[in-house]
This record gives sequence, C-alpha cells and structure tokens, in this order.
Amino acid sequence: MSASAVDTLTVSPEKGTWTGKLRERAVEAFPPDRLLPDRQPAYVASWTYVFGALTIGAFIVVLLSGAVLAVEGPAWWHKSNAGLFVNSVHLWATEFFFLFMVVHLWAKFLIAAWRGPRKATWITGVIAFAISIATAFTGYLSQQNFDSEWISTQAKDGINATGAGAFWNVLNFGQMLMWHIVLLPLIVAILIGLHVLLVRRHGVVPPFAPTEAQLAKAGLSLTTTVTAATSLLVPQELTEPSPQEQPLLQEPLAQEPTSEEPPAQEPLAQEPTSEEPTSEEPLWTLPEDQS
Amino acid sequence: MSHTSVAGGMNLLAALVHLGGTGKYISWGVVQISLANLIVIAVMIVMLVAAIVLPFPRHEARRK
Repeated sequence: MSASAVDTLTVSPEKGTWTGKLRERAVEAFPPDRLLPDRQPAYVASWTYVFGALTIGAFIVVLLSGAVLAVEGPAWWHKSNAGLFVNSVHLWATEFFFLFMVVHLWAKFLIAAWRGPRKATWITGVIAFAISIATAFTGYLSQQNFDSEWISTQAKDGINATGAGAFWNVLNFGQMLMWHIVLLPLIVAILIGLHVLLVRRHGVVPPFAPTEAQLAKAGLSLTTTVTAATSLLVPQELTEPSPQEQPLLQEPLAQEPTSEEPPAQEPLAQEPTSEEPTSEEPLWTLPEDQS
Repeated sequence: MSHTSVAGGMNLLAALVHLGGTGKYISWGVVQISLANLIVIAVMIVMLVAAIVLPFPRHEARRK
C-alpha cells in the first residue's frame, strides 16, 4: 500500500461504517471522563461504597490462582506444599469474593440502589451473584477428591429434580470442569464488566434525602434545605454540566486539583489544598456538621 | 521455616479450630445452620454495620 493510500484512509474516515457508528455511540455513552472518572460524588466517601471494588479485587485473585491451578493440575494442588497453598488461596479468595459481594448487596439493597435509571445495574449484579454461586458449586465438583465425589452424588438428585440434569450432569467431571474454568468465569467476568460500565454510565446511587423529621431535629426546614441545595447545585451546573443521574456534588482527586474556581466541590481527604472547611457538605451531613 | 515447624503450626491450628473434625451445627426449631456459616454471616453483618457507622478517613485528613 502506498503512502498516499494510507493518508487517504487515515485522513478521511468513512462516517457511515459500522465501526465508525459503533465508536461514536460508545464515546457518546461512555465519554472518557465518565468511563475513567477522576471525581466522584461526595457521598461516595463512605465505607459502604468500597465493597464492590473489594469484590472485584477478590475476583481477580480467584482468576489468577485458578489459572495457576489449571496449569499445574490436581496432583500438584493436592500433593505439593505450593499447590496446597495456591489451592487455599483460591478457596479463601472465593470466600472473600462472596463475603464482600453479600455485604455489597446488603448495602445497595438498604439504599435502594435500583433507583433512577439503575435497574439494569441492579439486575446485572443479581445475575452475576447467581452465576457466581453456580461457578463456586462447579468448583466444589472439580476438586478431584472424596469431597467432590460426595457433593456431586448428593447434588445430582437435586439437579435432576429441576429437570436440568438432562443437559447439566454434575457426575460428568469433564463437563463440570469446563463449566468451572471456562464458561462460568467468562460469564461472571462479562457480567461484572457490564455492571461496572452501567455504574459508570448512570452514576453511583446517592443516599436518600433527609426526611422532614430529620430536618426538624437538626433545626432546618425543607425550604432552607432546598435553597441550600440550589445554591450548591447551580454553580456546579453552570461551570460543568453534570449528568442527570449525578446531580450532587463532585470532588476532585487528590492528584488533580485542576479546577481554578472556588469549588462547589469537596476535596478528597488526601488533597492538602484547602485549609478551610467547605460549606458544600451533602445535605444529609448538615445536622452533624452544624451540631 | 522448617518442615517440622510448619507441621507444628498446622497441628496447633487444627487443635484450635478442629479443621479435620466433624462440623458443628446449631439447631433452632426447623432452622439448622453450621457454626462456620453462622460465624461468616455474623462477620458480614458486623462489617456492614461498621461500614455504615465508621467515618471515612478523608474527614480526619481533610480537617488537619
């Protein structure tokens, strides 16, 4: 291919191609600053918001340790010290994966995280949870020991009772192993990826607004609160229109205090720039801050 | 760490937790649950409550 042909291809991309349309739709749905944000709403600074990331971390350890087990094989993971160690890492990473995921589920359930446009986010999480259970179950069947034999012979009756035993035979070790190390982890990984993309697309769910009783207890009224909210939100919208799903305050990362304006944003803990306490706390923290 | 000390550590752990023994179950009417699962559920509840109650570190760091 000549240099001129290359120039033609690179300088004049066809807008009607499916790749171009796909790219435009992808960038429109996930602009880089939303796909990899350096800001999060102020209310995200809570321990309840860390369990999703912890779940992903545990999942990565599960995948890595499982890959090592797949390479070495059952004789290694049953007999050698290193194999026993990696086998235990795989087990305990799975335990922590489920532990973090359940706490993540509870935290999101208590906050009704399906609010707004986040129904698909919730549903993908629920399906990922269910598929993860099936993945862990096939892991029990793939141990290559008496435990796996016992579990498979006990489980076959239950699976057969559902009618699924005709095509999903828990006594078929090769089938269960392939489900465990190929199909189900792939499905879980895709679902988790989709789940995270939806979180990026629609934003992290905000806490509930304070009730009248809570406001009254704090000596506030709904009118003053709405006024305060308006004063907080308007500068944000004027300077940087935020997605409809994230109408609340955003805070810059510690590494990038890029905004030169006095912020309607609350700096992160690591950011040493602001010595003054900001007045832009979320509404639901007003009672504590003013007391 | 020598092989003997590793085995000693494993034996101590096994003596404390009874890893190789029969699982303990707690029964309450029709409800039956293993002690291990009950402990895990309790840990998850404690983690959730702690996550809700404990302040996030950014508050202390920001106000310094």
